[in-house]
Amino acid sequence: MDLVVEWGQVHALLGENGAGKSTLMNVVYGLVRRDAGEILFNGQPAEIHGPQDAIRLGIGMVHQHFMLIPRLSVVENIILGREIANAAGVIELDRASRSVRELSERHGLAVEPRARVQDLTVGLQQRVEIVKALYRGAQVLILDEPTAALTPQETDGLFEIVHSLTREGNAVIFITHKLGEVMAVADRITVMRRGKVVASTKPADTKPAELAQMMVGRPVLLRVVRGPSHPGEAVLKVEDLVVQDDRRHLAVDGVSLEVRTGEIVGVAGVEGNGQNELVESILGLRSARGGRVILNGRIITHRSTRRRLQSGLGNVPADRHRMGLVLEFPIADNLVLSDYDQAPFANGLVRRLRAIRSYALRLMKAFDIRAQAPEQPVGSLSGGNQQKVILARELATQPKVLIASQPTRGLDVGSIEFVHNRLVSQRDSGLAVLLVSSELDEVLSLADRVAVLYRGRIVAVLEGDAIDRERIGLLMAGAA
Amino acid sequence: MITRRLPPWFVNALLVPLASVLCGFVVAGLVVAATGSDPIAAFSSLFQGAFTNQDAFAETLVSTTPYLFLGLGIALGFRAGLFNIGAEGQYYVGGLAGVFLAYSIHGVPGLIEIPLALAAGMLGGFVWSGIAGALKARFGAHEVITTIMLNYVAFLLANYLIDGGLMLAPHVSTPRTPEIDANAQLPIIIAGTRLHFGLILALVAVPLVWFLLQRTTLGFRLRSVGFNPTAARANGMSVGQTLVLSMGISGALAGLAGIVDILGVSHHMTDTVGAGYGFDAIAVALLARSNPWGVLPAALLFGALRNGASFMQLDTQVSSDLISVVQATVIIFVAAPVLVRWIFRLRRQQVAEVQITQREETAAV
Repeated sequence: MDLVVEWGQVHALLGENGAGKSTLMNVVYGLVRRDAGEILFNGQPAEIHGPQDAIRLGIGMVHQHFMLIPRLSVVENIILGREIANAAGVIELDRASRSVRELSERHGLAVEPRARVQDLTVGLQQRVEIVKALYRGAQVLILDEPTAALTPQETDGLFEIVHSLTREGNAVIFITHKLGEVMAVADRITVMRRGKVVASTKPADTKPAELAQMMVGRPVLLRVVRGPSHPGEAVLKVEDLVVQDDRRHLAVDGVSLEVRTGEIVGVAGVEGNGQNELVESILGLRSARGGRVILNGRIITHRSTRRRLQSGLGNVPADRHRMGLVLEFPIADNLVLSDYDQAPFANGLVRRLRAIRSYALRLMKAFDIRAQAPEQPVGSLSGGNQQKVILARELATQPKVLIASQPTRGLDVGSIEFVHNRLVSQRDSGLAVLLVSSELDEVLSLADRVAVLYRGRIVAVLEGDAIDRERIGLLMAGAA
Repeated sequence: MITRRLPPWFVNALLVPLASVLCGFVVAGLVVAATGSDPIAAFSSLFQGAFTNQDAFAETLVSTTPYLFLGLGIALGFRAGLFNIGAEGQYYVGGLAGVFLAYSIHGVPGLIEIPLALAAGMLGGFVWSGIAGALKARFGAHEVITTIMLNYVAFLLANYLIDGGLMLAPHVSTPRTPEIDANAQLPIIIAGTRLHFGLILALVAVPLVWFLLQRTTLGFRLRSVGFNPTAARANGMSVGQTLVLSMGISGALAGLAGIVDILGVSHHMTDTVGAGYGFDAIAVALLARSNPWGVLPAALLFGALRNGASFMQLDTQVSSDLISVVQATVIIFVAAPVLVRWIFRLRRQQVAEVQITQREETAAV
C-alpha cells in the first residue's frame, strides 16, 4: 500500500475498525515492525525501529488512549523523558513551564502547565498530548481517532488547532472512521479497507455516501430507518438515584428517568459523566446510596443482579470483553452465561451439553453469528460477531427492558447496521430500550427521547423536534 | 520444525510440559556434572530407585497418591483463578480432623469408619481453605497471603495438639497421636508392599474432578469466575460464594490427601507428617496445566522423583536435594512456556494469537 503525506496538509486516513489504519501508523511511529516496503521522509529512506527514531525525525503521535500520568502536572508530563535539569540534576520546572506555555499559546492550546492531569477534562488532556508531541519537535502529527471522547464543541476546537498546525507548514495525519469529520477537516483523504488503500481523494471531489461505500465495499444506509414509536406503560423507572463511584465520589446525583415499552431512550453525555455508575446501579452491580429502581412496578433497588436479570432486565455492556463475555469459553457457553443452571441447560447440578449446543446453533442462525461451530472460543470471533453473541443472549430470553451501553463501539459498519436494526425492531415489538452512548450520532439516529447526562445529573430530556444536535452538544458540555 | 503440523492443544498440553521436564533434567544434570559426579549414573540410579528395584514402583505409587489429591485440589483452585499455596496446611488440618475421628472411634466396621474419617479429613481441609476463600470474598484479602499464613497456623496447631498433649498418644518416645484401629486402616492392595487402597481413591478422584469442572453447573460457575469474574458477576453469578466454594473444595482435596496418607501408611499422625507434599503439588498442578488428567502423569513424576531420590543418594552419593533442582527447574520452564517454545522452536499457539490480536484491536478502538 502507498500513502503520501505532504507538508502543510491535513491527511485523513479513513477506514473501518480493523482496516489497518492504526497498524499502518504504528509502523510509521516505530511501534510495529514492517514486513516489507519502505518509509520515505523528505524523500530519504527512513529507518524507524522504535518511537525514539520517529521522534528524532519529527514524527509525533497522539494515541487514542492517552499516555499520560494522571498524578503528575501538565508540565511534568510534557517534559517526561526530556527533562530540563540544571547542573546538579534538579529539574527546572519554571523554565520548562515557560516554554510549554509559549508553545501552547502559539497554537491556541490553552493549557495551564501547573495543573494536574487528573483534574483536566478529556479534551484538555488531549491538548496536553498534542503539546507534548510538539515539545518533542514533532512536525508530522499523527492523531489516532482523536474525537472519540470529545463533545461536538471540543471537536470543533480540535479542528482549529489542527488547522493552525498545518498553516505553519506541519503535516497532520488524522485517523478516523467518522465521515463527517473527514469532510470537515481534511485536505486529502485516503480510504483504507482490509489493509489496502482503496481510494485517495479530496473532500471537494467526493460525498459522504461515496466515502462510506468505499470504506465498506458496498452501498450503506447512513440513516437508520425507523417509524414513530408507540410507547406503552413505563417498565423501568429510576427515581432520585444516587450512586458513588469507586473513589466514593458522587457519580450519579439524583437521576430520575423512565423508559416505556416500545421506545428507545437515549442517554447522551461525554464519557465519565456517570453513565457507567448509572447502568451498574440499575443492574445491581453497584449499590445505590439513595433513590429507587423500579422494574415492572416492583422495587428492585436491593435485589441481586441475578434476580434482576431473571425478572426481565437485559444488558449489553459497554466493555464487552470485560463484562460481556468469557473470551476463553466457547460461543455456546457464552450464550447461556446467565441461564447456565436453568432448564433446559441444566438438569439439577449437571449441565446438558446437547441442549446447550442446539440452543446455540439456533441462536447463531437467528442472529447471523458467523463461526465454524458453537465450540469455537468467543475470543477468536470478530468484534461484530462477539457483539451478536451478547445481543443473542440478552434478547433470546425476551427481556422487558434492555440496557444497551455503547452497543456499536468498535464495530464495522455492517455490524453497526445489524445492531441498530435489531434494536429498532425489538422496540417495535414492545421492548423498552435504554441506550447509553457517547456517540451522539448513534443517540440521534436511534433514540425517541434523549436524556442528557452531565456530571451525574440529567440536565434535560428532549423529545421530538426538540432533539437538536447543537443543543445537545452544549448540554453535554454543561453550557446550557 | 517437527511440530509444524501438530495441533496447538497438543503442543501446549503435551509437548511444552514434556519439554519442560526434559529441561529440568538437563539443568540438574549440569549441576551434578559441575559438582564432579556422573549425571548419567545419578539419573539411572534415580530411575532404579523409582521403578525397577524391589517394591520401588509400589513405593513410588505410595508417594504419588497424595500428589494426586493435592495436585487436583490446587489445579481446581487455578481454574477458579485462585492460587492455593495453603495445600500443605490443609493437608495437616485434614489429617488432624480425620485422625482424631479415626482413633476416637472403636468397634465400628471399617466400611463405616473409613468413609467417616475421610469425610472428616475433607471437612477439615474445606474449612481451613474456606477461611482464606471467605477472607478473599468478603475483604478482598489475597489468597496467596492468607493461605501462606494459614499454613503456619496449621503447623502450630498440629504442634500444639500433638506435642501439647490434647492428641498425644501415651507412652511414646516421639510425639504422635494414638494409633488408629486396624479396621480403620486402608487395605493394602499389593501384598508385601505399602501400596494401599488410597491410590484407587485418588485415581477415581481424577475423573470426578474433571466431571465437576466440565459438566456441572458449579464447575461452569467456577471456570467463569476463574476466567472473568467481572463478566460472571455482570451475568448474575455470585462471585464471592463461588470463590469460597472453589477454595473450600480445593482444600477438601488437600485434606483428603492428609487423611488418606494416615489411614493408608502411617496409621497415626506426627507433627511433621506432610514434609512438603503440599508445596511440591503446586508444581504438579502447574505441570498439569491445571487439567485433572494432566495431574495423573505429573503426580507420578513427582512421586517417582521423591521415591527415587534416596536410593540415588545411597547409590551414587549425589545428594537427594538434587531432586529439588529438577523440580524447581521444571517449574521455571513450565512457568515460562515462551522460553521452552524458543528452545525447542515450537510454533506459538494459534488460539492465543487470535485472542491477542483481538484484544489489541479493541484497545485501539
